[in-house]
Amino acid sequence: MEVRKIQASVITDTVKKLFMDMNYFIGEDILTALKNAQETETSPTGKNVLAQLIENHKIASEEEVPVCQDTGMAVLFVEYGDKVIIENGSFEEAVQEGVRRAYIDGYLRKSVVSDPVFDRVNTKDNTPAIIYTSIVSGDKIKILAGCKGFGSENMSAIKMLTPSAGIEGVKKFILDTVKYAGPNPCPPIVVGVGIGGTFEKAAMLAKKATLRPVDTKNPDERYAVLEDELLTEINKMGFGPAGLGGINTAIGVNIETFPTHIAGMPVAVNICCHAARHKETEI
Amino acid sequence: MKKINLPLTDDVINELKAGDSVLITGSMITGRDAAHKRLYELIEKGEELPVNIKGEVIYYVGPAPAKPGHAVGPAGPTSSYRMDKYTPALLDRGLKGMIGKGARNQEVIDSMIKNNVVYFAAIGGAAALISKSIKKVEVLAYEDLGTEAIYRFEVEDFPAIVAIDSHGNSVLAK
Repeated sequence: MEVRKIQASVITDTVKKLFMDMNYFIGEDILTALKNAQETETSPTGKNVLAQLIENHKIASEEEVPVCQDTGMAVLFVEYGDKVIIENGSFEEAVQEGVRRAYIDGYLRKSVVSDPVFDRVNTKDNTPAIIYTSIVSGDKIKILAGCKGFGSENMSAIKMLTPSAGIEGVKKFILDTVKYAGPNPCPPIVVGVGIGGTFEKAAMLAKKATLRPVDTKNPDERYAVLEDELLTEINKMGFGPAGLGGINTAIGVNIETFPTHIAGMPVAVNICCHAARHKETEI
Repeated sequence: MKKINLPLTDDVINELKAGDSVLITGSMITGRDAAHKRLYELIEKGEELPVNIKGEVIYYVGPAPAKPGHAVGPAGPTSSYRMDKYTPALLDRGLKGMIGKGARNQEVIDSMIKNNVVYFAAIGGAAALISKSIKKVEVLAYEDLGTEAIYRFEVEDFPAIVAIDSHGNSVLAK
C-alpha cells in the first residue's frame, strides 16, 4: 500500500491559519446574504444594523481582527484519508496545537473553561478543540472547521420526535426553537438542522449544517423546499436584525439528514449567529 | 441620534425612550457572567463590593485581546439574559444603566422601573466596529478572570439603542 507522509507541523500550521482566517474574514456567502438582507429590510433600524454589520466585517478584514469578540469554541469535522501517516507527532495533538497558536498568536479570545460545573477555570489557549474524525479512503485530509460562539449555541435544542409527528412535527419543533431564541442569538441567524440518526448524530448533523454555506441547498429537493419554507416562516416572526424588529431574522436554514431507527425521528436545531464562521481546507 | 454623557442623571434616563438611537460618551464599567456571580455572592453575604457601582452603567462584554497599538480588542455585547438572576440586586445598589444584547426577564424590567434604570442594546457581532469607540481600558477588579474581569472603559460616541426604557417600554421584538 502506498502511504503519504504528512508532517505534524503542516497540520498545525494549516489549522492555525484556518482559525485565524475564519475569524478575520467573514465568508463571502455570509457577506452576500447580509447585503441582500440590507436591500430587502423594511425596518429602518434593521437596515441600519445590517449596514453596521457590513461595516464591521470590512474593519475586521482590513485590520485583521476578529469580526466578533466571541471567537468561539473550535469545532472540526475531519475526513482522514487512510493512506496518510503523520510524522513527528500525532494528528490530534497537531490539531490542538494549531488551535492553541491561532488563539494565542492571532489575538482571539480564549473562551474555554476546564471543567463545566466546578472549576470553570479558563484554559487560556482555547483548547481543547472538538474534533470529529472519520476515516475515508484516500491520501488526503479534509478539514471543515467552525468556531462557535455561545450566544447562539445556548439557544440550540434537540428533540426525540417519533415517526407519527411527521413533517409537521419537524417544522413545529424547528420554528418553536427559533421563536424561543428570539432576539438573543444575534439575528439574522443561520439555522442548522440535523434530522435522523441517533441522539448525538442528530446534534452533530445540526452542527455540520451550520458550517454549510448559506448559498447552498440540500441536494434532496424535498429538503431543499423545506429549507426555503422554514426560512420564509422564520422571517415572518419579526425579530429582525439584532432582534430590534424587521423581516430578516435568518439568512439561511440548512438541513442535513441521516437514516434513523424505525421508532425514531430525532431533530436537532443548532442556531448560529450571523457571524457564521466556517472554513474548509484539504491537505 | 441622541448624544448622551456618562454618568447618567435621572433626568436623562427619564427622557430616554425605547427605540432611541444614542451615542454614549464617558466612563462605564464592564462585567459578565463570572463577575456578576462574584458580585452577587458578596451582596448575599452583606459584604462590600470591589467596585462602587452606584450611578454606573455596566457593559456586558468579554473583549478579545488587543492587538499591539489597539486600546482594546473587538468588544461587542454578550447576551444579557444570563445576567438577569443577578441584576435586580445590582440595580437596588444604584446601578443606573446596562448595555447588552437580547431580552430581559420581567423581574429585571420591574426592578428597572422601580430604580429608574435604562437598558441599552448594542449590536451583537459588530465587535470590531464598536471597539473603535472604546478609547481607554483599565482593569478594576477580578483580574484573574481575564476577559471576564471588571474593566473601566472610556468611550466616545459608543453606538447603542434604548432597548428597554426606565418606564418598562421595550423595542425588542417578541
